[in-house]
Amino acid sequence: MTLAVVIFLLVVGSVIFHFASPWWFTDIAADWGPIDFTIDVTFWVTGFVFITINLFLAYCIYKFRQKEGHKAVYEPENAKLEVILAAVTTIGVVLMLAPGLFVWATIVTVPDEATEIEVMGQQWQWAYRYPGADGVLGVAETALVTESNPYGINTEDPNGQDDIIVAGPVMHLPVGKPVKALLRSNDTLHNYTVPQFRVKMDLVPGLISYIWFEPTKIGRYDILCEELCGIGHFVMRGAVVIDTQEDFDNWLATQPTFAETQVPAAPNVAAGQAQFALCATCHGAQGEGNQAQNGPKLAGQQAWYIERQLKYFKTGVRGGEGDSAGQAMATMAQTLVNDAAIRNIAAYIATLPDNAAQTTVSGDIENGEHIYSRNCAACHLDDASGTWYTDAPTLAGMSDWYFVTQINNFKAGIRGLHADDYYGEQMVGMAAAMSGLEEIEDVAAYLNSLR
Amino acid sequence: MSYVPLADQAQELHHPQSWVTRYVWSQDHKVIAIQYGGTAILVGIVALVLSLLMRMQLGFPESFDLIDPSSYYQAVTMHGMIMVIYLLTALFLGGFGNYLIPLMCGARDMVFPFLNMLSYWVYLLSVLILMASFFVPGGPTGGGWTLYPPQVSMAGTPGSDWGIVLMLLSLAVFIVAFTMGGLNYVTTILQARCRGLTMMRLPLTVWGIFIATILGLFAFPALLVAAIMMLLDTLLGTSFFMPAIIESGSPLDYNGGSPILFQHLFWFFGHPEVYIVALPAFGLVSDVLSTHARKNIFGYRMMVWAIIAIGGLSFVVWAHHMYVSGMNPYFGFFFATTTLIIAVPTALKVYNWVLTLWEGDIRMNVPMYFAIGFIFTFIHGGLTGLFLGNVVIDMPLSDTYFVVAHFHMVMGVSPVLVLFAALYHWYPLVSGRMYHEGLAKAHFWFTFLGTYAIYLPMHYLGFLGVPRRYYALGSTDFIPASAQDLNAAITIAALIVGAAQLLFFINIFWSLKHGKKAGSNPWGSASLEWQTPDTPPIHGNWGDELPTVYRWPYDYSVPGAHADFIPQNTPESEEPTADEQHFDPDHDPSMADL
Amino acid sequence: MSLFKHITEKPWERPGVIGGPDPETAFDAAPERVALVIFLVVASVIFSLLTVSYYVRMELPDWTPLSEPAQLWLNTGLLFVSSVLFQWARNLVTDDQQKYLMAAFVGAGVFAVLFIVGQLAAWNSLQSAGHFVASNPATSFFYLLTGLHALHLLGGLWVWSKSLIRLLSGCEVQDLRLSIELCTLYWHFLLIVWLVMFAILSNT
Repeated sequence: MTLAVVIFLLVVGSVIFHFASPWWFTDIAADWGPIDFTIDVTFWVTGFVFITINLFLAYCIYKFRQKEGHKAVYEPENAKLEVILAAVTTIGVVLMLAPGLFVWATIVTVPDEATEIEVMGQQWQWAYRYPGADGVLGVAETALVTESNPYGINTEDPNGQDDIIVAGPVMHLPVGKPVKALLRSNDTLHNYTVPQFRVKMDLVPGLISYIWFEPTKIGRYDILCEELCGIGHFVMRGAVVIDTQEDFDNWLATQPTFAETQVPAAPNVAAGQAQFALCATCHGAQGEGNQAQNGPKLAGQQAWYIERQLKYFKTGVRGGEGDSAGQAMATMAQTLVNDAAIRNIAAYIATLPDNAAQTTVSGDIENGEHIYSRNCAACHLDDASGTWYTDAPTLAGMSDWYFVTQINNFKAGIRGLHADDYYGEQMVGMAAAMSGLEEIEDVAAYLNSLR
Repeated sequence: MSYVPLADQAQELHHPQSWVTRYVWSQDHKVIAIQYGGTAILVGIVALVLSLLMRMQLGFPESFDLIDPSSYYQAVTMHGMIMVIYLLTALFLGGFGNYLIPLMCGARDMVFPFLNMLSYWVYLLSVLILMASFFVPGGPTGGGWTLYPPQVSMAGTPGSDWGIVLMLLSLAVFIVAFTMGGLNYVTTILQARCRGLTMMRLPLTVWGIFIATILGLFAFPALLVAAIMMLLDTLLGTSFFMPAIIESGSPLDYNGGSPILFQHLFWFFGHPEVYIVALPAFGLVSDVLSTHARKNIFGYRMMVWAIIAIGGLSFVVWAHHMYVSGMNPYFGFFFATTTLIIAVPTALKVYNWVLTLWEGDIRMNVPMYFAIGFIFTFIHGGLTGLFLGNVVIDMPLSDTYFVVAHFHMVMGVSPVLVLFAALYHWYPLVSGRMYHEGLAKAHFWFTFLGTYAIYLPMHYLGFLGVPRRYYALGSTDFIPASAQDLNAAITIAALIVGAAQLLFFINIFWSLKHGKKAGSNPWGSASLEWQTPDTPPIHGNWGDELPTVYRWPYDYSVPGAHADFIPQNTPESEEPTADEQHFDPDHDPSMADL
Repeated sequence: MSLFKHITEKPWERPGVIGGPDPETAFDAAPERVALVIFLVVASVIFSLLTVSYYVRMELPDWTPLSEPAQLWLNTGLLFVSSVLFQWARNLVTDDQQKYLMAAFVGAGVFAVLFIVGQLAAWNSLQSAGHFVASNPATSFFYLLTGLHALHLLGGLWVWSKSLIRLLSGCEVQDLRLSIELCTLYWHFLLIVWLVMFAILSNT
């Protein structure tokens, strides 16, 4: 009896929950309305079945509960009834399956006019490639991947030379044009998902999968990885910006071609040395760091990391509210007039002698190792030397106090939450591995032991 | 030599000589069943705790510092694997299969008691290997319960050196144990039925376990093959599944392997595995419903055919787990169609359960509560399966919390409700005593309502697009902040459900000593397991003479009969008289105060 | 008997004892034989799945066909002889002729052991030719398939050796009849598996 009432209430409650719920699909931004239509059809059919059977169930429990003098009816089967039920169920299934198969036919049939672009995933970030003037993507394979050729593009293939390289996690696409995204992975399974586009597909190392869609709404949408790809899975983010054709063309024109990335202008180390004089006041003459001036050690840090951080300081991605030292650095970064100047400085720093910084932090090395090896080593490597591949800077032998400050900043939301700081955002997620100052110092102490 | 029918052979029973042979190295199917069940439940508690740790992290990421990203992925993996394989498969087949098959078949024991004992000890070994992975360097594997290569053996995944090897080893050992048990179950059902017991006179429990075991025997080899090949990839550097890949910036020494091949093998096992769990549950719940509704199961033949049809179809739907895996997209047409076809026999089973209640005389005993709870959650979980089976709808929903909610509803909550229904239903047979009614009902309400409070809202996180297997959601532009409130509410419900399971354990242990004596057939059940000369049945089950079966197991409320049930071993001439009316806790004054 | 002939009957319409002492739908065979046949199906599934994987993996570009050592022809002969001897032992025990039984039974096992030794020799010659397990997927599959097959045969030899001990300790021959029959069945099965695998390996 109670159970009958409860089941009735659960049915009513579920329906109310559904209609009162603010939680539903995000607005669609691609030409996949038919998918939403199929969902609606399925929703109404299954909703009807859910309500009907459960109300009937509740009725049975109520009506045929045990009563004095009442006896169950002996009825082994009713073939006619079962045939009818089977037929009705089959009709319901066909009702849901038929639109599904029709829509699937359009999903597997890529229109001829779709532009091919490449989405490449690797632990734990996105990169993109657009065909150049020839409209054809060059051949690429994982075996050819190096730091200077992170896409593994075959340099022998003339089609690849004019390919346009987008090394950051943000891609742009023109509105109203069908796109065939070729999906490629350098290491493990990933999954290219933009919830607003409705479609998703895995990236599989060793083969090229694809998905096509036609963006219909201008805007900026998150790209998520939705196939478990290791510990950084949950921080593997990107974004797709849907532009007008004009804006898209302008954006694309500012991106380098593959050929251009292969012959970067040689940095001017002497010019970098001259510029460094200003840096030396805080970071030390040899870039050895100076805690009193809040200047971390620079010597021994990877050049690409120095360059990126200088750009961040210059454009205000770093050095925001709450980060007084960073704000000072942001002011300093303004003295670097262009990317070449930044590259010069980074090149000069690379020539400085790398002596391990002074130890200023102590902690439980064993606990630090436990935390580091489980959570940090995946990107920063076991010896904490860092690697371009995961965009992870060197940690071993660098200023330990700076490490503590920065992890604190990540945890406090001072660093890494700027919309353009993708790699910082990953650290905001991963810094959760250290619960508080004590554990941060434990990790710092472990890093000190690695130098 | 002429063949002597097994039922007539003077079967040699290994009568236990000491406490050790009686309860430890026992060859009695009932003791082995309890060993299997106890081990499965123990390891299930580990998995339950892991899930609560995950829920704490998801519900209150700022407030709790229980697990770091690394252990979160380990918890995800171990929770899934333990629940699916080491708890549900082992408990339904090793536990209930072992206990009920010989009793319901009117046999003295399994046909190979020694092999049966071996099966349990090998199963225990597999559990120990799995548990050992918590204590090795790097801890257990964190590659997800699907163990997809190449991730699972690469840097960046916890346990990629020791954990995964122990996991694969444990699975291989489990499969050996399962095969030993499975050969036993199938052969016993085929060959050791007592006189008069035709296949169509078997309770649906036996049918469910029978077909599930056959599925297991054919499906587990796929997992075994995949595990062996992956072990070779991991340990010897072969490239069955491993393609050319970069690890932390440097290329690994693999080339050309196919990760998708592993996925095909895994799901060729993985989908039938769903039914390895579901079919015994279907069977058990059918018998519980019929007994407590005092009515034969409606459409017995259809139920048997549906079990067989579902079992057969379950081998041709596996790639619906792989719609977005990068496999040839044209497979989608075939697998979406087969998947939705399987909905028809499944729906018929649901109709028949409800129609069994129709015009019944429903006794609201505790097993009945759980059985009806199962119908409700199974309808819900089955219907959401129609979303995911339809390839187009799977596109937006796969890898989101909708999937998590769906499979927990359909193969987590639903089978667990059946497990409890069955545990309460057969507890008087196993222990000879009744459980505590009030505690059991409280246990039901917390579990049933609590799990619905967990999983109904979780579907809506999936509609929103919240991805699964995320340690923390971080910031997105499309998920509103209120989603976190929903997550917190789900966690609270999960904690309550988790804590409520204590009621069950208190109940079964308390009642062992203090429960009311149950008598020989408290539910007035017509099937054979309740007709043993002793309750609980002793070694050998049937005393001097094996029973003879005269009728099917669902003769409830037969018109013209004296009592409202006729046991299977009652000849037509000797129907029970009215004074043998069954014990009914609802009408027993001594139970009123509970 | 037909298991599925019965599943259309309406069990509630036919009360009373059905069939003789034997339940109506049981197989007319010892349970051990039934279990072994089911196990053979399980083993067939294992080898079939490996074969499917073999063909799938073969399509990928890094596959280099392996030329199998000639030793395998000799091994095939050894396993064939082993199987024939088992059949002979089975026939002898059925006709209750004990004269050559020991020779046939021991010979069957010895030839099976020789087969395994031969397989090891084949492995050895592959290794000395530089074909290691991880050299190429073709060699990986070769080692995997032959290894698994040998493992199954070793399981059979374990049962064989147990029976042999009983035979030597002078037990009643008819007590071993079932054991010999089942071994024979198992050996024929493994011979067929080997022939199929050998055919696949040498043709690809």
